[in-house]
Amino acid sequence: MDQKQLPDGINAEQDKPVYVLRLFITGASPYSVRAVTNTKKMCEQYLNGHYELEIVDIYQQPLFAEREQIIAIPLLIRKFPLPERRLIGDMSDTQKLLKGLEITVR
Amino acid sequence: MSKAKNIDTTESKPIAIPKTYTGISGFDQITGGGVPTGRPTLICGEAGCGKTLFSLEFIIRGAMEFNEPGVFIAFEEKTDELEMNVASLGFDLKKLQIDKKVRLDHIHIDRSEIEETGEYDLDGLFIRLGYAIDSIGAKRIVLDTLENLFLGLDNQAVVRAELRRLFAWLKNKGITAIITGEKGDGNYTRQGLEEYVSDCVILLDHRVINQISTRRLRVVKYRGTVHGTNEYPFLIDEDGISVLPVTSLKLEKEISSERVSSGIPSLDEMLGSKGFFKGSSILVSGTAGTGKTSISAFFADATCRRGERCIYFAFEESPKQIIRNMQSININLQKHVDNGLLQFSASRPTLHGLEMHLVVIYKMIKKFKPSVVILDPITNLVTVGSVSEVKSMLIRLIDFLQEEQVTVMFTALTLNSIINEQTDEGVSSLVDAWLLVRDIEFNGERNRGLYIMKSRGMKHSNQVREFVISNDGIDLVDVYLGKEGVLTGSARVAEVLKEHTSNALRNNALNRKDREINRKRQILEAQIANLKSEFESVEEELNKIYIEEELKNEVLEKTRKEVTELRRDKVHPQH
Repeated sequence: MDQKQLPDGINAEQDKPVYVLRLFITGASPYSVRAVTNTKKMCEQYLNGHYELEIVDIYQQPLFAEREQIIAIPLLIRKFPLPERRLIGDMSDTQKLLKGLEITVR
Repeated sequence: MSKAKNIDTTESKPIAIPKTYTGISGFDQITGGGVPTGRPTLICGEAGCGKTLFSLEFIIRGAMEFNEPGVFIAFEEKTDELEMNVASLGFDLKKLQIDKKVRLDHIHIDRSEIEETGEYDLDGLFIRLGYAIDSIGAKRIVLDTLENLFLGLDNQAVVRAELRRLFAWLKNKGITAIITGEKGDGNYTRQGLEEYVSDCVILLDHRVINQISTRRLRVVKYRGTVHGTNEYPFLIDEDGISVLPVTSLKLEKEISSERVSSGIPSLDEMLGSKGFFKGSSILVSGTAGTGKTSISAFFADATCRRGERCIYFAFEESPKQIIRNMQSININLQKHVDNGLLQFSASRPTLHGLEMHLVVIYKMIKKFKPSVVILDPITNLVTVGSVSEVKSMLIRLIDFLQEEQVTVMFTALTLNSIINEQTDEGVSSLVDAWLLVRDIEFNGERNRGLYIMKSRGMKHSNQVREFVISNDGIDLVDVYLGKEGVLTGSARVAEVLKEHTSNALRNNALNRKDREINRKRQILEAQIANLKSEFESVEEELNKIYIEEELKNEVLEKTRKEVTELRRDKVHPQH
């Protein structure tokens, strides 16, 4: 859980961008559950701790839906680095997910 | 709170679709109460036909007039753009939002910003809608335009399935919804939205015929209810949308036996000394330059003098032109304009389509509430429509005016080539009174003759009157009926003069005869006196002889006696 100690910004020590991600889901719908699993898996696998992932259930916080222009769910927003990126779906297509987040795989 | 109205008032039919007033003037009349309550209604049409305005007005009027809060979900325009758009119509969307009467939500979808990474649904949209609806207790919702969802998302199958779910969800929530959709080729919408909202489909149309555009509205489908099936013209102006339900098929209008003066005393005299019926329609037809506008101006002037309002729809001349021209015949219309009793509406017929003219006239009358309306001339309307279209428009106009108890005067130009028993527009059978102004060309000059072709329900003169326009106004003069026939103008004046002369001559002749008789009498009397004196002298003469004779006889007798005496004396002595 060292990502919690790295607030939004730049990891000064490693000079690598920290990905600030926000995943919007609706309760425990099948898509949502899958999206959470897939996203977490991807983050662990490719971001190696340089990320901050917030999962928002918009059933509980419907105001987010309007603020973030949410229509399709699940929605993953890359808040940082800029520009903002939006991905929808259950994140099962890892290639598309990585491409969408512009994560280069070494 | 809900003003949903059951149109069917009879209790024997329990199942009728409850309806929600849109508040859009005219639309609720066509549909018999508005859109179906708790169901989605599709409004479709091409770009720029007024879909957004229609739906926005539904929300705003719902909030303002029926106290039904509404949510407007905009997929195309941003909320501040919408606010600006309706501010020009006098609606304060900001205030309505602060009062929690209206909620605007802009949904932005950009395909380029979104990467699809697997299966998804549109729960986000549902939550947004649900939140917006619940936050103000909305009874109405507008989705403008849902098609953007199809454009923004790749997976059409998902969108379709989700839309189906959305409509079911909206119905379930019991919220009255309006969905707008762009018109597709041969279909009402590009994405076939109508299949989801098949209860009520309204088609807006913006047509250009002969370079004149007319907006029209048609209720394509409205399940479970009676609705007008015609195309109704509608107007977007500073008051928003107004639809004109202009086809009234009933003839059940209130009538009045009140009379209004035409402003020309001698014309009133021809109309049973009272003028026209209030709320009737009057047609003034005639060839060019016969004074139709002057008659209308007099009528307008008389109306304003009574303190009543009048609207003058001029299709040929500008108000200033009319005012100036009428001053030359001693009518000051400017005064009435200043007093606010007279309103001019001058426009070229080509400004709008025919139906739009009707809507404009309708709106102005509703607003200004005049007691007299003048249309000068209706003939020009033919430039924007066919004769039958003009006729049908005028029928509806007359219907409407009669309902409003407005007296209307049309002027119509008749062509010389047409034997003017028929006006171009064929409205002569519809009007209550028909004045015909004719040129009478005779003796090298042109004069105007006016007669009343018909005037329903009143005694009217059958005489042709000469219609004289002078500096003092209009007057109707009896035409001269001489042995040469009907005479007008200078011929009439000449004939009258001739008559005067012959009268004078005859008088003179009579006087002379009188004097001659007098003289003759005097002569004869003198002769009688002469004869009398002659007779006296003759009588005297005759008398003289008679006396002489008598004297002679007397003397004779006397002498005979003496002789006899003498004889006796002689005889006696012998004895």
